[in-house]
Amino acid sequence: MTVIDESRRAGADDLALFEVEEVSPRTHTPRPGDKVIGNRRTLRTATLDERFNVVGALVAAIALATLLFGWFTPLTGAVGWVVVAFIAFIGFYSLLVSLRSDGQEVRDRIMTVLLVSAGVVLFSALIFVVAFTIIRAQDALPHLNFITETMQLTGPLDPLTMGGILHAIIGTVIQISIALAITIPLGITTAVFLNEIGGKFARFVRTISDAMTALPSIVAGLFVYAAIIQLITHQRSGFAAAMALTVMMLPIVIRSSDVVLRLVPGNLREASYALGTTRWRTVWHVVLPTARSGLVTAVILGTARGIGETSPVLLTSGITAVTNFNPFAGPMISLPLQVFDFVKSPEPAMISRGFGTAAVLLLLVLGLFTVARLIGGRGPGQLSDAQRRRVAAASADDMVRMARSVSATPVTAPRKPAHVASVPAPQPPDASPEPESENLPKEPSQ
Amino acid sequence: MTAITERRSLASKPSRSDSVFKTVTFAAGATTVGIMLAVGLFLSLRASDALSVAGPSFLVEQQWSPETKVFGIGAILIGTFTIAIIAMAVAIPLALGTALLISEVVGGKLRGFLVSLVDLMAAVPSVVYGLWGLFFLQANVIPVSQWISTYFAWIPIFRVSDASGDVLTEASAFTSSAFIAGIVVGLMVVPTQTSIMREAFSQAPVGEREAALALGSTRWGMIRTVVLPFGRGGVIGGTMLGLGRALGETIAVYMIISPIFTINWEVLKTGTNSVSALIALRYGEASEFGLSALMAAGLVLFIITLIVNFTASSIVSRSRSGAETS
Repeated sequence: MTVIDESRRAGADDLALFEVEEVSPRTHTPRPGDKVIGNRRTLRTATLDERFNVVGALVAAIALATLLFGWFTPLTGAVGWVVVAFIAFIGFYSLLVSLRSDGQEVRDRIMTVLLVSAGVVLFSALIFVVAFTIIRAQDALPHLNFITETMQLTGPLDPLTMGGILHAIIGTVIQISIALAITIPLGITTAVFLNEIGGKFARFVRTISDAMTALPSIVAGLFVYAAIIQLITHQRSGFAAAMALTVMMLPIVIRSSDVVLRLVPGNLREASYALGTTRWRTVWHVVLPTARSGLVTAVILGTARGIGETSPVLLTSGITAVTNFNPFAGPMISLPLQVFDFVKSPEPAMISRGFGTAAVLLLLVLGLFTVARLIGGRGPGQLSDAQRRRVAAASADDMVRMARSVSATPVTAPRKPAHVASVPAPQPPDASPEPESENLPKEPSQ
Repeated sequence: MTAITERRSLASKPSRSDSVFKTVTFAAGATTVGIMLAVGLFLSLRASDALSVAGPSFLVEQQWSPETKVFGIGAILIGTFTIAIIAMAVAIPLALGTALLISEVVGGKLRGFLVSLVDLMAAVPSVVYGLWGLFFLQANVIPVSQWISTYFAWIPIFRVSDASGDVLTEASAFTSSAFIAGIVVGLMVVPTQTSIMREAFSQAPVGEREAALALGSTRWGMIRTVVLPFGRGGVIGGTMLGLGRALGETIAVYMIISPIFTINWEVLKTGTNSVSALIALRYGEASEFGLSALMAAGLVLFIITLIVNFTASSIVSRSRSGAETS
C-alpha cells in the first residue's frame, strides 16, 4: 500500500518538474490522470504448486483420519477425528512445503495455517452463537402477536399464537431512556471537563471513572438493590433498574467520549481562541461539533451495552407479565430479563418465546451497532459529502454577506474594498482543513 | 523620556459565561465522582458488618450460611477463578491468532469486514451466549468432556470421580460443569481481547516491519521479531481486560452451572460456583445480614477486577508510548 502510494506521489512530482521546464513557468499541482499509471500488480497470490500443497495435504489428512478411525485403531468420536485430521494436515502440509523450501519457509507456512484456523474457529463459533439464537427463534417470531401482545393473559401451556413481549419492549425503552437522560448530559459534560478544564481534580475524576469500568454489573445491581430499593422505595421499579444501568453505563460513556474529545486537533481550539472566543464558545462551536460523530458512536455503543445487560436488571426491576408505563411504581420487566425468565420454564413454548425475545434483543443491538458504524466511520472533523456541501454553502453565504457589509459601509473599511471579495471567507469550525484530517489518527474502534 | 509604567498584569479575568461553564463542568465531574464514590463507600460500609463477624476466615471458609454466621467465599473464589482460567485457556489462543490474522495476513476489504465483525460480536448481549451455552453446548460438549477425561485422567484436574474416588463415566456427571461455563465465558470475552490485541499489533512501526522483510525474513519471522515484541503490552493488557470481564460475568454462568459450596478441583465434573452467580442466587432470600455478606463477596470481586483492570491499563498505556517512537 504505502510503497505504491509513495511511488505514485514520486511520479507526480517528476511530472510537475518536467512541466516546470517545458510548459509552465509556475509550479502547479498535478491533476489526477495527468500521468498514466499501470495496473496495480497483485502481490498476494499463490502459485499453482502452493495451492496443490494445501489441497493435497487436506485430502491426505482426511483420508488418514478416516482410515485410523474406521479400520486400524479403536479410536472413536467426531471430536477425535477432527483433532487427528488437523494434526495430520499440519504434518502433511509441512512435509510437502519442505520438499521445495527451507525451514524458515516451513515454519512460516505452519504458523499461517494456525492463524487462519484460529480465525476460522473463532468466527464460525461466534456466527454460530448468533445464528443458533435466530434459528431457534423461528418458532415464535413469525407470529405477529409476539410483538404486539403481552403475557398478561397467557399461561405457560398456551400456544405461541397467544401472548407476546410488548411489555418487555416498552420496559426496555423506558428504562434505557431514563438511563440515557442521565448518562448523556452527565457523561459528556464530565468528558468535556476532563479535556477542556483539566487539572488535578480532572485526573482524579478520570482515575475514578476508569476504576468504575471494572465494577461487575451484578455488583452495580446489588448496590441499587440495597441502597435504593431496600432503603428508599421498598419496591422494585423501572426507575431502580434505570439507576443500575446508569451506574454501569456512565463510566463507559465517559471513557469513550474522553477518547473521542482527545482526538480533536489542538490547532482548531487554538484558532478559535485566537479569534477571541471564550472557552465556552470554543467548546460549543468548535470542539463538540468536530467530535459529534464520535460522541454519537460512544453513546450508541454505551446504549447497546446497557440494553443487553441482564444482571443489574435482574436484581432491581422485578418480573411482571403486564405492561407498566410508570417507572416509579411496580415491577417493569425488560427484554434481557424476559429472556432469562422465559427459559427458566421447562415448557417448550416458553423456551421458544425466550429465543424469540433474545432474537428481538439481538436485532436491536445489531441495529444500534450498525447505526453507530454508519455515523462513526469517520474521524473527527471528516465530513460526509452532504455536510461538505452545506459547509461550502455557508461559507459562500458568509462571503456574500461580508462583501455586502463592506460595500454598504465603506468608511469602516476604506482600503481596497474590491479585494475583500476575493479573500476566502473564514470557514466555519466544522470545516477542518481536509488534507489535515487525513493525518488524524483514526477513531479507535470501540 | 517615556516613563516606564508599572508592568501590566497578563492574567485575564474569565468572562461570566466562562466561569459558568467552568462551574457547570466541574459540577458534572464532581457528581460523577460522587456517584462512583457513593457506590464504593456504600459497598464497603455494608460489607464491613459481615466482614467484622467473619474476619479473615471469610476468604477461606467454604460454606455459605450467613444465618448461622458461618460463611465465606473460599469455594466460590476458587470456582470463579476456575471458570475464568478455563475461559482464558479458550480465549487467548483464539484471540491471539485472530488478531494476528486480521492485522498481518488478510488485507483489503476482508480486513475491514472482520474488524467490524469482531467489534459487533463484542456487543452481543451475554444472555445470548448464555442461551447458546444452555441449549446447545451443554448437550453437545459432553462427548468432548468424556473424551478428555478418558485420555487425560492422569492429570488430576481432568479426572471425574465421586466422593469415594471411583471414576465416573456416565453423561450426567459432566453437565453444568466449570468447563462448559468457561467455554461460554471464553467465547464471550474473545472479541474484546481480539480487538485490543489487533489495535496493538497494527501500531507496530512500518519501518521495522519493512526492515525485517528486506533482510529476507518470512512473514512469520517478521511477526515474531517485530509485531509480537511491539504488541506485547497489548497482548498482556487485552488478556487481563478479558480476564476482568470473565471474573465478573454473571448471567451466562448463572444459567449454566449448578451451584455448590465446596471446592471442586475436577473442572469437568458437575457443580461449581462464582461470586456473581452467588449474588444472583441468594440476594432475594437474604436477610439484612445476609445482604451484607453478599456485599462483602461483591466487594472482594470488585477489588480483584479493579486490580486486574488497573494493571492491564497501565501495561497497555506503557506499551503504546513505546510503540509510537518511530
